[in-house]
Amino acid sequence: MKFVKNIAIALTAVAGLAGTAMGAGAAKHPMQMEWSFNGPTGTYDRAAAQRGWQVYKDVCSACHSLKYFRFRNLADLGYEEDMIKAWAAEYTVVDGVDDAGDPKERSGMPQDAFPSPFPNPQAAAASNGGAVPPDLSLITKARHDGANYVFSLLTGYEDAPADHPMPAGKNYNPYFKGGNISMAPPLSEGIVEYEDGTPATTEQMAKDLTTFLMYVAEPKLEARKHMGLNVLLYLGILIIVLYLSMKKIWKPVKEGKNFYE
Amino acid sequence: MAEWIDAKPKNKAAAWLEERLPIIGLVNNVVGVDTPTPRNLNYWWNFGSLAGLMLVIQIISGVVLAMHYTPNTLMAFDSVERIMRDVNYGWLIRYMHANGASFFFIAVYIHIFRGLYYGSYKAPREVLWMLGIVIFLLMMATAFMGYVLPWGQMSFWGATVITNLFSAIPVVGESIVSLLWGGFSVDNPTLNRFFSLHYLLPFVIAGVVILHIWAKKVSDSGNPLGIDVKSSADQIPFHPFYTVKDAFGAAVFFAIFAAFLFYMPNALGHPDNYIPAEPLVTPASIVPEWYFLPFYAILRAIDFPLGIPFTDIVFVEAKLLGVLAMFASILVWFGLPWLDTSKVRSGKFRPMFRWFFAFLVIDMFVLTWLGAQKPEGNIPFYGKIATFYYFSYFLLILPVLGKREKTLPLPESIANPVVKAAE
Repeated sequence: MKFVKNIAIALTAVAGLAGTAMGAGAAKHPMQMEWSFNGPTGTYDRAAAQRGWQVYKDVCSACHSLKYFRFRNLADLGYEEDMIKAWAAEYTVVDGVDDAGDPKERSGMPQDAFPSPFPNPQAAAASNGGAVPPDLSLITKARHDGANYVFSLLTGYEDAPADHPMPAGKNYNPYFKGGNISMAPPLSEGIVEYEDGTPATTEQMAKDLTTFLMYVAEPKLEARKHMGLNVLLYLGILIIVLYLSMKKIWKPVKEGKNFYE
Repeated sequence: MAEWIDAKPKNKAAAWLEERLPIIGLVNNVVGVDTPTPRNLNYWWNFGSLAGLMLVIQIISGVVLAMHYTPNTLMAFDSVERIMRDVNYGWLIRYMHANGASFFFIAVYIHIFRGLYYGSYKAPREVLWMLGIVIFLLMMATAFMGYVLPWGQMSFWGATVITNLFSAIPVVGESIVSLLWGGFSVDNPTLNRFFSLHYLLPFVIAGVVILHIWAKKVSDSGNPLGIDVKSSADQIPFHPFYTVKDAFGAAVFFAIFAAFLFYMPNALGHPDNYIPAEPLVTPASIVPEWYFLPFYAILRAIDFPLGIPFTDIVFVEAKLLGVLAMFASILVWFGLPWLDTSKVRSGKFRPMFRWFFAFLVIDMFVLTWLGAQKPEGNIPFYGKIATFYYFSYFLLILPVLGKREKTLPLPESIANPVVKAAE
């Protein structure tokens, strides 16, 4: 694991991509956390992802859309079908038109995407002091060191340093580029009551939510790593077989044989 | 000039076909049993066939992606996410294609630098070398347009920056940019034509690859000693010797490729490209894909005009000079067969050359690193030094060195490398 990670770091550094982290400006480097989905055999901690889903649904979804996430995806997190149906049915979605040509509404179904809180970016900006809350479907892949970044941002709110001017309606967060973020601290102790009884500390919620959002950004991560293992095992055997074949075939060449005599 | 050997298949059906279309003979003569090849090729010679394999992987995975992708600014990003989430094994195909581009470039860069070290561009292989440069230029155009297709932030802004470069060309520049855009900014017509060309160019590449291999057949493979084949004792049949060696090398290369594809599929990409294109929001830094960074660094290093110092007379504006330098950095390779005046092909027997070559390799890594930095502080200065060395190598060092350098004695033959330099 560490080896692969080191190679990755070395190669990206060689490729000059390490330098692109500079793009984050003066933002503080994210805290480095242990994640269940890290490493070559990493998987999503289902209990954490389920709690994260609860945090998203009860807190984040008030402002942030999750447009690439469908209710049926919850099955991957270990939820039963009737439960998923019930959750979907809590929402109303617009689907096609009726015979009079008017938009038709129906209750949500598992194949529906999670409904966005605002009909369009303008409405979102108007309700949020001019800032559009970004869609969270890909947030953990759309930022450098995404999972650690999301966790750090959620738990990193603090009082602004004395020499840091704060514009009205902004909050200080050193992990955010520039430090001034429009989002007020979204998590506070006990804002969610976990179904499994886990104490809902800010850190716990941030960690669970990050796990859930990582799942939403990269739903095929487990299948990918599993296939990768098989592919590498196969290639490993192939490399050995080909190497031995090559040594055997090349023997007369190494002995200096002339093949054209 | 290589000899052509007719295939005489024993199988009747094969013989019947061979009489009408000598395709078995073609394969045998190019990569088969009837292809005499220098017996001393080392592992650096693996990367040509590897690049060919990567081209095949890119074409196959790309054709499948095109079945699910929508080239429309409103739907492109969503269609890519659909591939990642809902298409069966779509994530595999897309990550293979995205990382495959990087590994295609890795193979090709090694292939090019192998040629630079062993003098593969020298007579009689000038045309072979130049066809290779044409392939590389086509690859760059293809990769650039492919990166635009997902319509993320870096797609959009990368396309804007790169297409805008052409506006520096006097008189026709603005018209060229309008033609590339199909309008007055990077927009839907741009995406559509880039998709069309991104699908077309790989087949043009395949065509030039055929010419490249044909030229290789005519002039024969070079070899690490850089001396001509003297007798058949110097050669071995391509098959089975180099087929098995190439296969072994390919398996190792694919294992590294697979490590990226399955365990760090986004390590070589930019996170901003997971943000949908937003023409009103400029990213903090616009960085091209890693394989373009050396040339991007050269472009940015030239921030001064060409004119008479201490006067206002300017012959070439800074922007145009930068663009010219960037293109010249690759086009200069075309002149290489004549710029390198040394009679000795292989760097193995050129003690001075080896140092300059090593610095060129380091210089390329430095340029790659510089290309990813913000042009602040000392970065532009370092860029100028690195760019200066890059051009000096081709335009100054190689022409002079070839005449001055005392080369080591060459071996008698490939089969008999008795003469060992007194080291």
